[in-house]
Amino acid sequence: MRLAEAWRVASAALRANRLRSGLTMLGMIIGVAAVVVLVALGTGTKNEVESQVEGLGANLMFVVPGKVDFNSAPTASPLDNTDLNDVVRVVGDRDRVAVTLTSGETVRAGRNSAFTTVLGVMETTPKVFVRTVAAGSYLTRADVDTGRRVAVLGDGVARKLFGERSAVGQQISIAGVRFRVVGVFAPLGQSLGVDRDSEVHIPISTAQRLFATNRIDAFAIKAPDNDTIGTLGDRVVAELHKRHPDTEFSAVTQDQILGVLGDILGVLTTVLAAIAGISLLVGGVGVSNIMLVSVRERTKEIGLRKAVGAKPRDIGIQFLLEAVLLTTIGGILGAVLGVTASLVTAALSPVPATVTWWSLALAFGVSAGVGIIFGVVPAQRAGKLDPVVALRTE
Amino acid sequence: MTPAIEAIDVRRAYQLEGLEVQALRGVSFTIEPGAHVAVVGPSGSGKSTLMHLIGGLDRPTGGRLLIDGRDVAGLGPAELATLRNETIGFVFQSFHLLARTSAVDNVALPLVYRGLGAKARREKARAVLERVGLGHRLDHRPNQLSGGEQQRVAIARALVTDPAVLLADEPTGNLDTANGQAVLELLEQLNREAGVALVMVTHDREVAARARRRIHMRDGVIEQDESDAPETGDEIWERP
Ligand SMILES: Nc1ncnc2c1ncn2[C@@H]1O[C@H](COP(=O)(O)OP(=O)(O)OP(=O)(O)O)[C@@H](O)[C@H]1O
Ligand SMILES: [Mg+2]
Repeated sequence: MRLAEAWRVASAALRANRLRSGLTMLGMIIGVAAVVVLVALGTGTKNEVESQVEGLGANLMFVVPGKVDFNSAPTASPLDNTDLNDVVRVVGDRDRVAVTLTSGETVRAGRNSAFTTVLGVMETTPKVFVRTVAAGSYLTRADVDTGRRVAVLGDGVARKLFGERSAVGQQISIAGVRFRVVGVFAPLGQSLGVDRDSEVHIPISTAQRLFATNRIDAFAIKAPDNDTIGTLGDRVVAELHKRHPDTEFSAVTQDQILGVLGDILGVLTTVLAAIAGISLLVGGVGVSNIMLVSVRERTKEIGLRKAVGAKPRDIGIQFLLEAVLLTTIGGILGAVLGVTASLVTAALSPVPATVTWWSLALAFGVSAGVGIIFGVVPAQRAGKLDPVVALRTE
Repeated sequence: MTPAIEAIDVRRAYQLEGLEVQALRGVSFTIEPGAHVAVVGPSGSGKSTLMHLIGGLDRPTGGRLLIDGRDVAGLGPAELATLRNETIGFVFQSFHLLARTSAVDNVALPLVYRGLGAKARREKARAVLERVGLGHRLDHRPNQLSGGEQQRVAIARALVTDPAVLLADEPTGNLDTANGQAVLELLEQLNREAGVALVMVTHDREVAARARRRIHMRDGVIEQDESDAPETGDEIWERP
């Protein structure tokens, strides 16, 4: 009964001062909306990155020279074609091994040019990774073995060089050397701001000749299943280490990449949400302030209620409830605003946004908590008012 | 029979910028159930201070004060609140009604802190409002009532808990003569018919003369405490 009265009085007080309540809520609304939106953007990005990494193919592992560590500089690759033969022997199947030799190059066709990532690869690439050729065909074993000057273009490269015309069969030049286009990839779009349609694949042997090197930058290995991926990686690394005792090698699985990316994006999301959370604190201070004003304005009412039998606790709860109501309604409105903004962003822009239930629950909990924390002092002050003094105030 | 109020050498001092102000310098008296007492005296003599103490709104800084047989020295703020709710009804000079709240809800307010349900509260409040002649003003807000009506609502609020003592500090101070008369008659009638003790601060000699007992205050002490001779047959309670 007493709680019902406190509830009734608290909501009536908020209604009586609509404008003031609204302005006070604004801090909470903005803070909660910001948290919800930033968490949605962070989660959306994480999901997109994950689906892209998973979309590369299943049971993938990358073998690279050096340690996978954010603090160490990239190591120059000592790997070459003889290592390739050994890796194939350890893996036991050439179709499960892909290699890359990467170089940024300008590719020309007639008067058009495009800056591209030229990858020297083997014909096994589409068997290891998910890559679909939309027109023409991919490189063949014969292309790789004999070092033919043939290329498969990313969708973006093909468009830049040939527009809507078919690129297959056309001539292009890479680093001043003429190549024939044999295929064009299906479009992949962007991933983490990197245009994945700007790749050009040429045989590894051709690439080594073109760039005057024997180097191989990295191996990618497709394990038969997820259980053997670890031991296979260890064996490949051990073999390579035996051949190059001065260099460390790392085998990184897809899961590990996902884990690291997930951690980075998770931390980023948390930091952003925490920064947005500061505005919740600012909103809380506003609530505290307005509650102190409210206590002062209603001092006489407090005195009267005490005179007719209200205990300090009754008065305290009434004001605490008012503060919590203020922040919680603000929190709900903020969540609605945040969800709307996230959905609109996801629908109208390429930025991914995924609203998560936990961010809504968190926002709700935090706003109620802010109400309690910042309402306690004014509520206690109201509860402790001396009834004689309170009744005498004008 | 326990006295409604028993005061023994009650003192109340205020600290004002390091200086001690003695508002009450030791007053002793008892108020029996059903008594009709007028408290008179010049401004600043300590009348309101005394009423606050009797009503359990404030606690003495010296002496012993018992309300309904309970020593207020041993009671915390919450227990004092309960004691006020159960024993005392206040009528203030400036009404102190809650704005934006109907007459019936204003009257029902003390019952909220008794934990009574909404329906029971409303029923009781309506009955008391009818008793003070405001049965037709249940849902009026204070700003829709005349001063006299507002004070009658306040009296109904004081009565709704069936208190032992009604404390009225200059209840007609904000009213014109006619409305003031009506309010006084109501208070006196309630004292006569309902047996609730009435302690009223007044500046009006005639009003004071109508009480059966007059406590004259001056400079924080009781200067004179005069009681009328018992009217045989009409008296319900023993005189002190
Ligand atoms: N909170 C306080 N702090 C300091 N002094 C106080 C306080 N309250 C009352 N007093 C002093 O106590 C004395 C008695 O005050 P009180 O209000 O009881 O007088 P009163 O008899 O009711 O006067 P009035 O007829 O004007 O209402 C006064 O001198 C007043 O200044
Ligand atoms: Mg006074």
